[in-house]
Amino acid sequence: MSFTESALKLFHLGEGPPDRSKRFAAIGRDLPRVDGRAKVTGTATYAAEWPVENLVHGAVIDSEIARGTVRSIDDSVALAAPGVLAVVTHENAPRLASYPKKGAGFPLTGEGGLGEVRQPLQDPTIYYGAQSIAVIVAETSEQARFAANLVKVEYDVQPPELDMDAASWTTRPTEFSGGEALQRGDESVEKALEGAPVRLEREYENPIYHHNPIEILASIACWEQRGGKDRLLLYDTTRSVDMLRDVVCHSFGLPLDCVHIVSKFIGGAFGSKAWTYHNPLLVALAAKVAGRPLRLEWRRQQVWSIGGHRPAQRHRLRIGAEPDGHMRALHHWTRQHSSMISGYTEYGSRMTKMMYAVPELGFTNELAHLNLPSPSVMRGPGFLTGGWALETALDELASELSIDPIELRLRNYAEIDPDTGLPFSNKHLRDCYDRGKERFGWDARHAKPSTQRIGRDLVGYGMASAMHPAAQQEASATVTLHADGTATARSATHELGNGSYTVFRQIAADGVALPIERVTFDLGDTTFPKAPPTHGSITTATVGPAVLDAATDAIAKLKDLASKDRASPLHGAKAERIEARAGRLHLFGDPATGEDYGTILRRAGVQEVTGKADVKPGLERMRYAFYSFGAVFAEVRVDSDTGVVRVARLCGVYDCGRLINPRTARSQLMGGMIFGLGAALTEETIFDPVNGLPVTRNLADYHVPACADTPDITIEVLNIPDPHIGELGAHGVGEMGTNGVPPAIGNAIFNATGHRLRSLPYTPDKLIKAYRHG
Amino acid sequence: MIPFRYQHANDIADAVALAGRLNDAQFIAGGTSQVDLLKEGVQRPTVLIDIFRIGLSEITDLQGGGLSIGANVRNSTASDHPAIRERYTAIAEALHAGASQQIRNMASMAGNLLQRTRCPYLRDPAQRCNKRDPGSGCAAVEGFNRMHAIFGQTDEGAQSQRTCIAVHPSDMAVAMAAHEAVIVIHSSTGERRIAFEDLHRLPEHDPSRDTNLACDDLIVAIELPAFNGTSHYLKVRDRASYAYALVSCATAVEMDGDRIASARVALGSVAHKPWRLFAAEALLQGERPSEELFRRAAEAGLEGARTYSMNGYKPDLARVLVARALSETTGLTPLQGPAGTAFAASVGGIAGVIEES
Ligand SMILES: Cc1cc2nc3c(=O)[nH]c(=O)nc-3n(C[C@H](O)[C@H](O)[C@H](O)COP(=O)(O)OP(=O)(O)OC[C@H]3O[C@@H](n4cnc5c(N)ncnc54)[C@H](O)[C@@H]3O)c2cc1C
Ligand code: SF4
Repeated sequence: MSFTESALKLFHLGEGPPDRSKRFAAIGRDLPRVDGRAKVTGTATYAAEWPVENLVHGAVIDSEIARGTVRSIDDSVALAAPGVLAVVTHENAPRLASYPKKGAGFPLTGEGGLGEVRQPLQDPTIYYGAQSIAVIVAETSEQARFAANLVKVEYDVQPPELDMDAASWTTRPTEFSGGEALQRGDESVEKALEGAPVRLEREYENPIYHHNPIEILASIACWEQRGGKDRLLLYDTTRSVDMLRDVVCHSFGLPLDCVHIVSKFIGGAFGSKAWTYHNPLLVALAAKVAGRPLRLEWRRQQVWSIGGHRPAQRHRLRIGAEPDGHMRALHHWTRQHSSMISGYTEYGSRMTKMMYAVPELGFTNELAHLNLPSPSVMRGPGFLTGGWALETALDELASELSIDPIELRLRNYAEIDPDTGLPFSNKHLRDCYDRGKERFGWDARHAKPSTQRIGRDLVGYGMASAMHPAAQQEASATVTLHADGTATARSATHELGNGSYTVFRQIAADGVALPIERVTFDLGDTTFPKAPPTHGSITTATVGPAVLDAATDAIAKLKDLASKDRASPLHGAKAERIEARAGRLHLFGDPATGEDYGTILRRAGVQEVTGKADVKPGLERMRYAFYSFGAVFAEVRVDSDTGVVRVARLCGVYDCGRLINPRTARSQLMGGMIFGLGAALTEETIFDPVNGLPVTRNLADYHVPACADTPDITIEVLNIPDPHIGELGAHGVGEMGTNGVPPAIGNAIFNATGHRLRSLPYTPDKLIKAYRHG
Repeated sequence: MIPFRYQHANDIADAVALAGRLNDAQFIAGGTSQVDLLKEGVQRPTVLIDIFRIGLSEITDLQGGGLSIGANVRNSTASDHPAIRERYTAIAEALHAGASQQIRNMASMAGNLLQRTRCPYLRDPAQRCNKRDPGSGCAAVEGFNRMHAIFGQTDEGAQSQRTCIAVHPSDMAVAMAAHEAVIVIHSSTGERRIAFEDLHRLPEHDPSRDTNLACDDLIVAIELPAFNGTSHYLKVRDRASYAYALVSCATAVEMDGDRIASARVALGSVAHKPWRLFAAEALLQGERPSEELFRRAAEAGLEGARTYSMNGYKPDLARVLVARALSETTGLTPLQGPAGTAFAASVGGIAGVIEES
């Protein structure tokens, strides 16, 4: 029986194939999150909750226009209001260095860069609606908010540019985030398209989406003078303490050791709470003016403009194929908007470039700069929407050619990555299709659309492929063994609901061979070993190896102590001959000859020993293409008169390396799938087409899916460790689940109704229009 | 939020007297609508008079078979009340299909009727809105108008001080319109009753006013006249739960043998007030229920609808709902769920595989 087969026999989460490595006891176990109790009892401390003495509060004033300049700000009435201490505007704010070009190695500026290239309160220019233009500082947040109403702002207004297709400033950025090419294709793609016997050309469009995590943006900034230097302690909702520290130090001209950033719990981010936005800098600036520690919690209404978003996009997919479905050429054109001060490019062809074995591949990513707020990454950047367009186009091709959608995908199955020409490190997508087909009951699908009914509802089945890069970055960690037989691990990563506290504790525990109860893991602090931003679903695969290696290093140091100690039963033993097990070191095959960690440390006269590791991806990245894969299936019921869509069933089968913790992984995947369901059916942000101000400004109008929108979700993970990604063999799963859900639902709607919707979200009005116009 | 004084009223007389005496006073009951609007600076009272301690929380039978519901009865109490569920089913269904359980637990009956439009421009002081700031214009006409009116709106262009195309958002109000509820009011001039039809108004020349109530008019009860028929509510929304209606429809039908003795049909989220389809009602009276009849009634009811760039779907959706609601009310087609519950009212039901019996 092949490894894949044996894995498949135990497909249920938590029942993955037995671990080959004896070393792993906690890793791979289905454990509850270690911070669950703290979260539900309110003892987990979020950014706005740190007890700080002598605190003052801020409220931010938003611009009421989307383009122009602030002519004057009259704050005289506000300053006279009770409790008001200061009004900080571009006229009196301290100057900051210009926006940094890079952060944590990523380009922040320029076309394709990630940042909003603007320092707060430095000049009167308005680039987008509801831009932060002043901060009121007061003794209480109520006083600050009230006084914010009393400030009179006058503007010189210019008409905002709001139409992606009529934008006066458009570009074709060359690289996404400094790495992946954003443009490809030449004559040969066009020729292949023209010459193909079957040609399909379709346009798709998706709206703006907002992350909307429960916890809103917030910071507390505390300045102090110590040793003749300005020092800043910043509590922030950031999911990148190290990168934010770089940006803060650069902006305020401070050395690294003068800025300390803490972020212990984040109430969800989904791509927001990026390091690249001005909110923490604004708070630090205002605190400086106030001369006291300052807390600022943004209002929900304000995150629609300052928190980033997934931009609206138009996609044009062109496919040239053989009558048997083999694709000969594929081109994906995307246009999206960014702001006037950001080059962020939602990379529409991110999935198209690597998913199928197409000899002639091309893509174009165009950027239209508008007077809209700056977009940002959002869970599944490029994949969720671009992948939706691709997987919908494939379904259209399958239906045109009367080929089963899974069969069409198998005919175009990529054994090597068409983008790089490298083999995939760990691809078992065929197994995902097979398992999904079986668990979902794909065979019951009616190939002919609009032929299955239950009462007034049309029933449809749809599927789509899913993928996500299994990226890794550099990270460091320390693991300290204490004389009392416990261990603490540290790395400056983040807990944003992803389970970091839990999985890294598991990894550290196995690394030092201690039961998990005796190990803690701490994060979210710039004084800890460096870690990258929590993004791109890299965290487990990046910080995990650092924690494991640091733990291994701690054990090596302990072995060294024991072997050099004459009084130890392990005196003189070679490290390779010593095994760590259940808090003891002993000789291999001879458990009696050994002693526990505490005894070794105490006799050596030390309280602890610390292992360190700095890891980074190596040459394997040049030999293999690292991706996770999946197959997603949906059954929908569509009301044949009102166009109301309900998802009856969702099923996702994923191939994403080894699961460190099936329970937290399952939560991530399920949350991701519901995220995708929201994008497919209910979520959409509107900016006013005339004045550019955000119109959707609250959670009553922005519809994240409710329980009633969410069916039972079947999730299966192959749980096959990636042999090329270190001892852990793990990929991240944070964004994987989002991918594939929107097209699976849309394809199911087509199967149910015979109407192809090419615009997200699939709200009733769109189907009503389709019913009417055929 | 603009600071205001907060005061409890002791009884009805006290509440009315306070409201009459104090400038710019407003009532607050459950506060689920009021507090949001205070925070946004849309409502700017100088005094907030809390009426939640003055009673008005009884549901009692009226002589002659009607029902009186106190103004402060919670939405969740009313939605589960047997008499409402059985005799005024549309009202129970509308309540269950609105807001969330938490909000219904706080919300009062009078407050529900008087909640303000969900037009997003009302809630953003940076936007033009005649309803919030008379004379500032109406951003919805040329902006986001997907949720907006197709009947009875005033549209003299985005700049006009008279323009308002907002819709009334309450589900329950639509069902009350179909039941021809009577509003009992106390004010400085004593007690009076007004027909439901006269509670809400169209924007006409003054979009800032949602209703015909004066500032010291306190609603004390809602009276439901005796009803010997079947009523029903249907709602279509963007999300399966916890969303306002795109369009909704309430019907109240009394039969005489196999013929319709009287039918009242009201649409929600199509006008500045619950919108009675009098033409459709006239067409139904005395007829035998049939799908064909209901389609004709829907056609007649939707005549004259005027749409905008984003709400062109509303007449089509309303036609379907009118015909379907009538068909379900008269038993031509089965309800989607048990009468008096959200399952009967929510078109599409909930996600997941529901046991098909
Ligand atoms: C997120 C959200 C979703 C919602 N979804 C829906 C929905 O889907 N469908 C729906 O129908 N509703 C919905 N609602 C609205 C909800 O039903 C109302 O907010 C609620 O019914 C108002 O009742 P209240 O007692 O809280 O009113 P309050 O907020 O206390 O008052 C509302 C208004 O009524 C006035 N008032 C209250 N009592 C009296 C009285 N006795 N006499 C005179 N004036 C009075 C107040 O002065 C105020 O102007 C939603 C609300 C929220 C916040
Ligand atoms: S429709 Fe009415 S409520 Fe909406 S912006 Fe216009 S005037 Fe204001």
